[in-house]
Amino acid sequence: MRLTINGQDRSRTESCTVAILVAELIAAQRGVAVAVNGTVVPRSTWADVDLADGDRVEVLTAAQGG
Amino acid sequence: MFLPENGLILGTGGAQSLAALEEAITASETTLVTVALRRVDAAGPGLLPMLDRLGVRVLPNTAGCYTAGDAVKTAQMAREAFETDLIKLEVIGDERTLLPDGVELLRAAETLVADGFTVLPYTTDDPILARRLADAGCAAVMPAGSPIGSGLGISNPHHIELIRQMVDIPVVLDAGIGTASDAALAMELGCDAVLVASAITRSDDPAAMASAMRHAVAAGRLARAAGRIPRRFHALASTADEGIAAW
Repeated sequence: MRLTINGQDRSRTESCTVAILVAELIAAQRGVAVAVNGTVVPRSTWADVDLADGDRVEVLTAAQGG
Repeated sequence: MFLPENGLILGTGGAQSLAALEEAITASETTLVTVALRRVDAAGPGLLPMLDRLGVRVLPNTAGCYTAGDAVKTAQMAREAFETDLIKLEVIGDERTLLPDGVELLRAAETLVADGFTVLPYTTDDPILARRLADAGCAAVMPAGSPIGSGLGISNPHHIELIRQMVDIPVVLDAGIGTASDAALAMELGCDAVLVASAITRSDDPAAMASAMRHAVAAGRLARAAGRIPRRFHALASTADEGIAAW
């Protein structure tokens, strides 16, 4: 399965949920938001949403600025 | 009310380190701090835990967005990340000036208001656009004094005064403040608060400048309430002629 995660192409052998992917990227959950193919995925559904081949995932958090 | 009681909102951009930023936030005595949203690999850790530790409220912003669509999407991500409806809406129109794109800004504001956000748009100092944003249901307007990070102060004080007269929502002077007197002037012109980032974070002593800004905002607010004397072309003697000695 090929995913684009924060602009980087990644391939995975097994399927995974949004929750699993987020846990691999960042320890914290508060202050983190996820969009798949341009649509925000509510935190309450992270464990239920399976990522599919070709998905574009953005995982964002607080940064200095603005 | 979402504005800090002391009228000072801090930006977080430009700080040399998280420790320096923390000292500045503490010295400012603010309760509201704006943060950007970036990809987790680029954001760097520790900002949010520090803000939580200080007990300040997060005002997410859409810094870096150039279209209404991008800004709306970023705002939706911010609401999910920080569990707040507050959004400092930035839709930039030009890389060199970083001035707002009024057309895209109004469009994004309308969408976000309809979606239940408390929208604080970073706007130009155009009083008519400010009124349009207020009419669209924005919770405040945040006119730029001058371009972000320029330190040029308030280029058109008259427009800030006009905005104050033309909208019934809070006015927050955002962008361009260079030093404490600029913040005091903003409050004297009738602003309800100022947002300061670079002037504090890029100063030689951010904590000291944060303290200076806090005092300036307080002084400007007091002066506004006290009422400045009218400007006159010629002098008006403060001492009576009556009883003057003859030599």
